[in-house]
Amino acid sequence: MRPLLIIACGALAREIGWVMDANDLEGIDLTCLPAELHNRPDRIPDEMRRKIDASQGKYERIIALYADCGTGGLLDELLAEKGVERIGGAHCYSFYAGEPAFEKMHEDEIGTFYLTDYLVRFFDRLIIKGLGLDRHPELRDAYFGNYKRLTYLAQTEDPALQEQAKKAADTLGLDYVYHFTGYGGLGDFIVEQSGKGAADGAADHRILA
Amino acid sequence: MADQDDDIVLSELNDEELVQQMHDDLYDGLADEIVEGTNILLERGWTPYDTLTKALVEGMRIVGIDFRDGILFVPEVLMAANAMKSGMGVLRPLLVETGAPKMGKMVIGTVKGDIHDIGKNLVGMMMEGAGFEVVDLGINVDVDKYLKALEEHQPDILGMSALLTTTMPYMKVVIDTMIEKGIRNDYVVLVGGAPLNEAFADNIGADAYCRDAAVAVETAKDWMSRRQGSALAQS
Repeated sequence: MRPLLIIACGALAREIGWVMDANDLEGIDLTCLPAELHNRPDRIPDEMRRKIDASQGKYERIIALYADCGTGGLLDELLAEKGVERIGGAHCYSFYAGEPAFEKMHEDEIGTFYLTDYLVRFFDRLIIKGLGLDRHPELRDAYFGNYKRLTYLAQTEDPALQEQAKKAADTLGLDYVYHFTGYGGLGDFIVEQSGKGAADGAADHRILA
Repeated sequence: MADQDDDIVLSELNDEELVQQMHDDLYDGLADEIVEGTNILLERGWTPYDTLTKALVEGMRIVGIDFRDGILFVPEVLMAANAMKSGMGVLRPLLVETGAPKMGKMVIGTVKGDIHDIGKNLVGMMMEGAGFEVVDLGINVDVDKYLKALEEHQPDILGMSALLTTTMPYMKVVIDTMIEKGIRNDYVVLVGGAPLNEAFADNIGADAYCRDAAVAVETAKDWMSRRQGSALAQS
């Protein structure tokens, strides 16, 4: 039996892999739900249940790297039923930025649309195509008319991504704000759940389909 | 559907064909065609109320069913809603003039801290189409604004909407304040929004959770008939 399985949102996969590599974390497997569920949060609990059920008995422990993500507490109900702990927060934005900082940002301008590295990278697929703006660009204001600002919560300092984020803000007609977060609470949670700090020797973790 | 409609001249269709075509045009989100069809029906002597209910509302009902069944998605529903809105623009002043039947009155708004209004706007439009007078308070509505609107407009129904897990608890703040002020039972409270569910609605003391605009209309009608029944029983 392997020690630990992380079930995560696909939008966090790259960052989780980086944290595990950087900390030489051993005995951890990672499996992800499709990042597209970002636009269909009602499906997240069922998909999570399937993942957990498929992994029962194979791991000493399972944790979820998922925020509530618009499930209205249904994800937490499922995880409580299954005995699976998850990282805190309503959205990945809050655990990247830190809860107090995120709350302040939201209070400063509630009309803020947030992007992470992943969402910048796949902005066209998830936002433009995902919301049908490629087919119906006239719907932009129906979706974003109440937003004022696009804030890029950056996990890495990448000028190319910053340029893409700025372009995304222009596309949506929003003011652009850049805020570097690093891996924030994500890295801390993974290291804490691994039961150790930096490990010696080669990393032994697997990325599962 | 649109591909087959290139040569269709709306004015040459009989009433039944035209209404069917308008259902298709709504489905395809064709606002100009909906305005044209609406005007043709009115010119043929249709009442604004019949035009609204038989051509527009029925068309949107079909859109709603296909959305619920996963055949249509949000962009298509928004395009259909925009088309219906165009038709409503023609009909609204005429409905006022002709005194169309009124089902009741609703005050609706997106709760404090939340700026999402797509669902709320759809509900408002469908409620209006179903004969309700709708007072839309907009987005980021705090408890004071809700209460002031209840006092000012004396609606039958209060509708609250939220898209965020972080903002949906504010609905309970509003309902608790209504209880404190002794006015909770004066209104039917309907709640909706993507992260909500029936259990949440029960927990906060709402009368019903409405998963989409069509359900909101049916629930509102149902509650109005209950209230009317209750009023008759007391008289």
